[in-house]
Amino acid sequence: MSEPILQVAGLSFGYGDELVLADVTCAVEQGERLAIVGPNGAGKSTLIKCLVRLVSGFRGDVRVQGRELATYSQRELARLLSYVPQADGRQFPFAVRDFVAMGRYPHLSAFTARRAADEEAIDRALERAGLTDLATRPMDQLSGGERQRLFIAAAIAQEAPVLLLDEPTTFLDPLHQQEVERVLTDLHEECNVTLVTVTHDLNRALRHGDRVLALKEGRVHYLGAPAGLLEEGRLEALFGRSFALSTHPDGGPMILPD
Amino acid sequence: MNLTRREILILLGLLVGGFLMVVAAPFVGMKAISLDHVMDGTKFPVDHDIFWRVRVPRVLLAWLAGAGLALAGMTFQSLFRNPLATPFTLGIASGASLGAAIAIRLGWTVLILGVSGVSIAAFVGALASVMLVFGLTRLRRGFSSGTLLLAGVAVGFFFSSVILFVQYISSFSESYRIIRWLMGGLEVVGMDAPLSLLPFLLTGAGVIFFLVRELNLLATGEDIAASRGVDVKLTRKLLFFATSLLVGGVVALCGPIGFVGMMCPHICRLLVGPNHRVLAVATALFGGLFLTLCDTFARTIIAPAEIPVGVITALLGGPFFLWLLVRARSV
Repeated sequence: MSEPILQVAGLSFGYGDELVLADVTCAVEQGERLAIVGPNGAGKSTLIKCLVRLVSGFRGDVRVQGRELATYSQRELARLLSYVPQADGRQFPFAVRDFVAMGRYPHLSAFTARRAADEEAIDRALERAGLTDLATRPMDQLSGGERQRLFIAAAIAQEAPVLLLDEPTTFLDPLHQQEVERVLTDLHEECNVTLVTVTHDLNRALRHGDRVLALKEGRVHYLGAPAGLLEEGRLEALFGRSFALSTHPDGGPMILPD
Repeated sequence: MNLTRREILILLGLLVGGFLMVVAAPFVGMKAISLDHVMDGTKFPVDHDIFWRVRVPRVLLAWLAGAGLALAGMTFQSLFRNPLATPFTLGIASGASLGAAIAIRLGWTVLILGVSGVSIAAFVGALASVMLVFGLTRLRRGFSSGTLLLAGVAVGFFFSSVILFVQYISSFSESYRIIRWLMGGLEVVGMDAPLSLLPFLLTGAGVIFFLVRELNLLATGEDIAASRGVDVKLTRKLLFFATSLLVGGVVALCGPIGFVGMMCPHICRLLVGPNHRVLAVATALFGGLFLTLCDTFARTIIAPAEIPVGVITALLGGPFFLWLLVRARSV
């Protein structure tokens, strides 16, 4: 097996005395889909923020493509990892294409303009996210689902082999959730992009993840195949409540809503 | 760089408009001066002198100060992602004013390299306030721009009360000079003032123009900017440095001329959109044109008396600020 694209060993991080992540160890293979689940405040978002260096001052060994995270410049790192943050309301009304074009930043030096290859990457990203027709629209006039696809499109334009997403479907209705899911699945299948997704949607984690990382109070509660999360009372211990399980029409396990 | 037809027309309009304004404005004032008086210094020495030594430097200073304040405002608005974040709402003008008030009270009238003690004290006051704001942004991660604005208001109140105290212990004439300084004005004699502002302006504007791509990304959010590869810490430092040069330089010479930095970038965003590649140029041109226009009004509207230009911009800016609040849409 080749070297994992992401390696995290003994990662700890805290704000002041409050420990948010404690001794987290995991590795992600190229082309893998890892879902990160856990209760609120378990450190899920913080973990991926550590990986893209949005928070600093953590302890532990984090490697990207085998190289220590701290040795990357921000620009080099952005060529390997792209990140879709949680939805944020306030936005300057950039045109959709202009916003996606900003994804090319790590590929440009301070003195070079965008080249034909950059423009093609931007057009491809727009097309993947189904936003070609909205290219000139100001982003403050998009619906929630369109906006989420826009943020993903900008990350796609970055053309990094790893995409980290922080709750990409949390605030969307079922139709838009499905649309976002389809964009991500296509991206994974056609471009072999590694997807690391923080999610509260356990069924999504079960169905669309190759592996699941469950965090509880900043510690690794479970790391392994999705089905394993449902065994030995792990899910109950993770959330402190019981769940009813069923079988999805396509055969996999399914957690029932209350 | 691909500009749309509309963007080209607006930029050209602002450039030509600003040029015509700067050329025409010195002819009007308390007394209109005709072209032959301007050209013939031996026959009309007074008019000639007023034109070249008073009005031309003043108009140039107005344009430069307007451009500088507008650019600084644009940068703060984008850094804090808030249309109400400007050097003035963040308490920087009050810092400069406190410096000036102390210098006036202590009678620091000495000239250092052609710059008055009051200007130097104001510059130091502005820098100290920028540092304070910068320090606050670093104190705790995730300080919201709303919190910072409130902090700016609090800092402004604090400085204002210290200014009141300084005034209270000042003589009548010192107190009047302090009040007059606080109104902001562009009264200068000779080309020293506009020329001394130039290095601050060129350096500050140069840094901002060099970082338009980064500004675009920062305006979409720090997390996004960082994940796209922007060195956020370094970029913020550079932009704070640039804005403090702009604001410090302008306020030191002209006093606290408020609201230019809030109105101009906002209007330009409505004209050319939020892309800083175009917005920065438009904002600088618009700010220059705007302050020159305001100052021309200030010089003529109740002639032979003059209104301090800061009074005019504040009269326009107050309602504009409220309009922005009422409009309550993210910008």
